[in-house]
Amino acid sequence: MIGEAFAIVAQPNVLLTVFLAGCFGMFVGAIPGLTASMATALLVPITFFMDPVPAIASIVAATGMAIFAGDIAGTLMRMPGTPASAAYVEDAHRLSQAGRANEALGACLFFSAIGGILGTLVLSFAAPQLAEIALAFSSFEYFWLVMLGLSSAVFVSAGSPVLGLVSLFIGLTASLVGQDNPSGAARYTFGSIELLAGIQFIPAMIGLFAVSEIMRSYTKRSVDAKIPPVRGPIFRPQFALLRRYPKQTLRGASVGTLIGALPGAGADIAAWVSYAISKKFSRQPEKFGTGHVEGLVEAGSSNNGAVSGAWIPALVFGIPGDTITAIVIGVMFVKGLNPGPMVFIQQPEMIYAIFMVFILANLMMLPIGWVAIHAAGRLLSAPQRILMPLILVFCMVGAFAINNSPAGIIIMLAFGVAGFLMEENDIPLAPAILGLVLGPMIEKHFITSMIKADGNLLAFFERPIAAGLGAATLLLWAIPLIRMLARRRKASVPAEES
Amino acid sequence: MNPYNRTAAAFGLALMLGGTALAQDFPSRPMTMVVPWGAGGGTDAVARILATVMQQDLGQPVNVVNRTGGSGVVGHSAIATAEPDGLTIGLATVEITMMHWQGLTDLTYEDYDIIALVNQDPAGIMVSSNSDYDSIEALNEAIKTEPAGTFSASGTAQGGIWHVALAGWMVAQGLDAGQVKWVPSDGAASGITDMVAGGVDIVTASLPEGQTMIEAGRIVPLATMGTERHPAYPDVPTLKEATGADWTLAAWRGVFAPKGLPDDVKQRLAEAVEKAFNSAEYQEFMANRGLGAIYLPADEAQEFVARSDASFGEVLKAAGLVK
Repeated sequence: MIGEAFAIVAQPNVLLTVFLAGCFGMFVGAIPGLTASMATALLVPITFFMDPVPAIASIVAATGMAIFAGDIAGTLMRMPGTPASAAYVEDAHRLSQAGRANEALGACLFFSAIGGILGTLVLSFAAPQLAEIALAFSSFEYFWLVMLGLSSAVFVSAGSPVLGLVSLFIGLTASLVGQDNPSGAARYTFGSIELLAGIQFIPAMIGLFAVSEIMRSYTKRSVDAKIPPVRGPIFRPQFALLRRYPKQTLRGASVGTLIGALPGAGADIAAWVSYAISKKFSRQPEKFGTGHVEGLVEAGSSNNGAVSGAWIPALVFGIPGDTITAIVIGVMFVKGLNPGPMVFIQQPEMIYAIFMVFILANLMMLPIGWVAIHAAGRLLSAPQRILMPLILVFCMVGAFAINNSPAGIIIMLAFGVAGFLMEENDIPLAPAILGLVLGPMIEKHFITSMIKADGNLLAFFERPIAAGLGAATLLLWAIPLIRMLARRRKASVPAEES
Repeated sequence: MNPYNRTAAAFGLALMLGGTALAQDFPSRPMTMVVPWGAGGGTDAVARILATVMQQDLGQPVNVVNRTGGSGVVGHSAIATAEPDGLTIGLATVEITMMHWQGLTDLTYEDYDIIALVNQDPAGIMVSSNSDYDSIEALNEAIKTEPAGTFSASGTAQGGIWHVALAGWMVAQGLDAGQVKWVPSDGAASGITDMVAGGVDIVTASLPEGQTMIEAGRIVPLATMGTERHPAYPDVPTLKEATGADWTLAAWRGVFAPKGLPDDVKQRLAEAVEKAFNSAEYQEFMANRGLGAIYLPADEAQEFVARSDASFGEVLKAAGLVK
């Protein structure tokens, strides 16, 4: 069976597809303003003309590379490509400013590949069992999971948690635009049909990070300033990092795969939760957010673990975990390869071939990524007065293409100004984007749960997993309060004695 | 070549050539098919298959463009407000006959020239395999005798097509539309997962949407709300034959164009759609995915859509969903 699967994968056309799709994904992802979702959407029409395995291989390879490539612009210019990579963009960017771009980008690349491969191994051996866990999650469990993700964002954001909270609420407020849940009535849309769809997070993210960075480059630095080129070895420092942080790598990949396996939770929550775990258990938590590589290692492997994990419910039960798996499930149906438990029994060689493609794509990411880092490093070191207008053009293309609508460009520009003002006031940007992505999700799971429970709030603790996740979230909020009280008591005791 | 580039190219060409296309050489430029739902979903797949086959016949590329959001309002209004030259068409869905009742938009099916309907999927009734009920008769009896709100169902948003399916089923036997509580979900897939996780009791989505979970033995199909049994599930009775409740409902998809197409352009499009519908590619895809390949030409489609619009109006009123 493995042999048959190998024969399917080891075709020149499959290998060539993976390579070309990988280069395409790397190219799209590396351009600030163009995103992994865009790379996938662009590939779908082409996959209609391919055989099933190359079709899926091309999407897997392109998205995996595009997600990593988003880290290049994130590290060098602080313009992350996905909400997931926003979790560690601050650390990566500070490292590159300190002349350690090679180390930061190498870590993104190397630990992405490790996370992806570990996730795939879990997928190959335990997909059906893990899918069972996913099936135990109802709206109550999801509500707490999303709460945990949002809480992590507040507590890990660089600087004060209060400003993190402010940023999160800016994102959550923006996520209210669209349709009321559950009635579907228009909410804060001011009569605009385009806004009925809500504020799309990709134009908003491009605006918050890239456009605000462009604005900043015109106000702060001299326009002839350059981004420092990438110098030094990319992979050599990673082996030392792997030796120093083996636990973090494994923990990141496992947490990522687990969260990724829950349909709808995905890489975004995984990266943030992993970054928070990493900070919580680190020996040097104070260094997080200042250019420390530890969080990068853990969140980076978690991110890609989650991308692999999302395939678990998709392949076992045909349940899409994110937009990318939704697109691939569509492609699989078109190809007559219906996902579901039967495909594991009837066409196991196909499933193993898909797993091999995952591993192949992750391995191929290393050399293509190496080339991309060097090429991008050189391109982006062009004078900023040439670079910035070009990036703005790509940002507009990327924002428009998400829904083929000029509304995307307006959203991008509005968030660009907002991002600039937030930065000027030391409000971190990353929690806002997470709030925007998770806002509709938390509203949905809350409303659904309340309808089910007839408004009984205690129902949020009645199911065992929900109770556990709920307790963890409440604890996360309670610990700083308890510490504060303890500190106050300690401070007041000597005062009474004197 | 990506959709954006192609759209841009088409747009640029349109500017250069100006004016509307003459019918005898229709289509003279690449066409756009608007899909009001996301890439990778059922509507998207149907549109892409149709477009692929149609472009061979029409001799011009037919580009599928996803215009999502606002419960389908965004995409449906993009179809209605396009230039009526036949170069922009769209795959409209059953929601166009429901949204205006719910106050989401002023658009109705009358704002379009309907080219043809290409698909119909009847609603179904599915329960988890852990459910206490293994037949539609037993479930229906329990719903009638237990107090309102004992059972809950899911499968789409509040006021979505499968919610109307549930409400119509209740109203047809003289029960209150809210006898079974509706728990909104993003779509059939998340409704079904929630049911398996123990969150709700019933899902009223179409049976093909539950295909993988039925095969996995996690959910059991109890009935279809079609006029006859579903070919893929010949053992599953229709609601009417099992319970006597006179209620059928099917979601449909159709090729719609903005109102005011020239007659010859409309004729040419209808030919292309019918040819694509009868193609082996389309039929094979629909059968494989369990989707109902049912063709209604323009006049019959017009009548069918008008009828379903009126009947949705009644049920939505009964369910208190009309605004």
